[in-house]
Amino acid sequence: MYRYDKVDQTLVEQRVAQFRDQTRRYFAGELAEEEFRPLRLQNGLYLQRHAPMLRVAIPYGLLAAAQLRKLASIARTYDRGYGHFTTRQNVQFNWPRLEDGPDILAELATVEMHAIQTSGNCVRNTTSDQFAGVAHDEIVDPRPYCELIRQWSTFHPEFAYLPRKFKIAVSSSLEDRAATFVHDIGLHIIRNGVGEIGARVIVGGGLGRTPVIGTVIREFIARAELINYLDAILRVYNRFGRRDNKYKARIKILVRELTPARFAAEVEAEWAHLQGGSALVPDAEFERIESFFTAPAYETLAQADAGFERNKALDRGFARWVAQNTFGHKVPGYAAVTLSLKAPGVPPGDATAGQMEAVADLAERFSFGEVRVSHEQNLILADVRKADLHTVWQEARKADLATSNIGLITNIVCCPGGDFCSLANAKSISVAADIQARFEDLDYEYDLGPIDLNISGCINACGHHHVGHIGILGVDKDGSEWYQVTLGGSQGSNAAIGRIIGRSFAANEIAAAIEKIIDVYVESRHVHNDLSEPLVDTVRRIGLEPFKARVYASPALKVA
Amino acid sequence: MSNRIILDRKITDDHWRLIETGEAVDANGDIIVPLALWLDQRAQLTARSGRNGVWLAPGDEPRLLAADTGILPLIALRFPQFADGRGYSSARLLRQRYGFAGELRAIGEVLRDQLFYLERVGFNAFAIKPGKSIEDALDGFGDFSDAYQASAMQPAPLYQRRLQSQDQAGLASVAAP
Repeated sequence: MYRYDKVDQTLVEQRVAQFRDQTRRYFAGELAEEEFRPLRLQNGLYLQRHAPMLRVAIPYGLLAAAQLRKLASIARTYDRGYGHFTTRQNVQFNWPRLEDGPDILAELATVEMHAIQTSGNCVRNTTSDQFAGVAHDEIVDPRPYCELIRQWSTFHPEFAYLPRKFKIAVSSSLEDRAATFVHDIGLHIIRNGVGEIGARVIVGGGLGRTPVIGTVIREFIARAELINYLDAILRVYNRFGRRDNKYKARIKILVRELTPARFAAEVEAEWAHLQGGSALVPDAEFERIESFFTAPAYETLAQADAGFERNKALDRGFARWVAQNTFGHKVPGYAAVTLSLKAPGVPPGDATAGQMEAVADLAERFSFGEVRVSHEQNLILADVRKADLHTVWQEARKADLATSNIGLITNIVCCPGGDFCSLANAKSISVAADIQARFEDLDYEYDLGPIDLNISGCINACGHHHVGHIGILGVDKDGSEWYQVTLGGSQGSNAAIGRIIGRSFAANEIAAAIEKIIDVYVESRHVHNDLSEPLVDTVRRIGLEPFKARVYASPALKVA
Repeated sequence: MSNRIILDRKITDDHWRLIETGEAVDANGDIIVPLALWLDQRAQLTARSGRNGVWLAPGDEPRLLAADTGILPLIALRFPQFADGRGYSSARLLRQRYGFAGELRAIGEVLRDQLFYLERVGFNAFAIKPGKSIEDALDGFGDFSDAYQASAMQPAPLYQRRLQSQDQAGLASVAAP
């Protein structure tokens, strides 16, 4: 993974010193609340319901074991012993003290970490495919491009005060695992007809109040021009994005109001001035960054491992975990493992300090000391020998990290919701727990097949409910918590926004409503040769009506 | 009456008078006029004995000054709220695209904690918000010793400079016995 040089390290240390002084001036009354606010936000500190929340950047979701141990230690020292991994591959601490902010940032700096621009109206942490570098369907490793963008976006002088937050996702595989169509900018790193590397550029996607699938504005920009092109997009947005209404300030609204074609023309005109200019990225810089992402020392192994196959045959629980929680690796004899942070009864994405340390241990023993965070809020060991999978599974079970539910209905993606977040209209964690409890039967869950269920506690859509096959959105009606359901959303290459099925449900009705939706699916799905049509396909085939009819049916009249 | 501003990282007495939209223009003295007034009454303004600068609101188009950057001694960009970042792009355009080499001044809600960014997009003069210590603001320039991107003070982004220093390091190691 990327390692800081002297300049990188100096910058994060100077950032800590800067924020320490800003915090001092705030408490001394020299900085007004509204002056301090964007400064603390751009250092990851929100003020929320009970305490400040600190969001720590995990650039493109990549962590070294030592960094994860540091996060565990911060959770113990400054928080209540746990952290929450987010849909942007970051980690949040819910209970630090504002006064401790600078000390926590100083601790992070000792392991090449920071909270820079994890909040505020600026370019946020760049996200990517959690299987970058190992995926069997990868075109090129997207991580060097993410790192280039991280450095370009860090303290960019022109774009620190944008109309609104700005999120970039990078992917480079046949299947898009980075949700690039629902980001402010999505980049697909690709090769053109003559083998040169560059990017397909998507803009104006997003979730939130106005969900939009992004538009491709350029099929190919050579990688040397990538930064110039990003500067051009950001400049058009910074100058012309709306600032009169925060709900209309994201780039997707500008793209829609101008039309994608005119927006693209503005960007091209801006880029025409910047093209070939000072931000041109030389090949040697790509090579320098790429040198940090070379393959680890893989052993030469057979694709199949006899012990692994035997354990699968003997142990149904292990076989199921392998089927759900491992992912094809490009190197024979290896697999990528997803450690589920979606155990029943645990808030989705939460990990205790002990679990973080257990994962760090597993990473060091079995996966070259690296961990990834997925945007579905799980942790990944990317390079495990198949021969070691059974041991990893047993160890993960001890730490309650081996729930075999990746891709299934209980792998719920969920924001912190009304329990923590001051923006939320409704609780989300308790809804997740109610739903998980109804689908705890592993055989039943397995039979239901792939289902993405996403919960957001408010329209800001941190739980990405729009792209869940089943989406649940917390809404406020007359001061009480209600939940709206959407069906048919999806992420990935065929991203789609789910459609609302009808009136919202009370907190005590929502889990039952989801169960009825699943019942309709099970009754309606096509089955061929033991292969079931997935939920999202059934929804698209039969439409919303059968689901509405069931969930909104009046209770049958009791005949005396 | 004179005010104090920061010019080229030094506290300096300032005699320019800011003319608000609709305000009458003095016959003498150095004034900074709204863009619309400059575009509308350029001949009358240049006939005055004092010098003329122009100020732009965040939404004003800097291209409208493209023909004047060679003759204007001062352009000011206004930040009604410090969090309105349009002026950062306007500054870059004036410096890089329209070749403005005179005094580029940030006015309005100009605070210590934004000076690092403001200077790097090309501002060299800062009228610190009234009520804030201008001496304290001077410290805002020293927070960081380097930056990743190219800027008004540093024409090459870090990645280009890194390669140069690598080359030099490489040459040095070759030269070493």
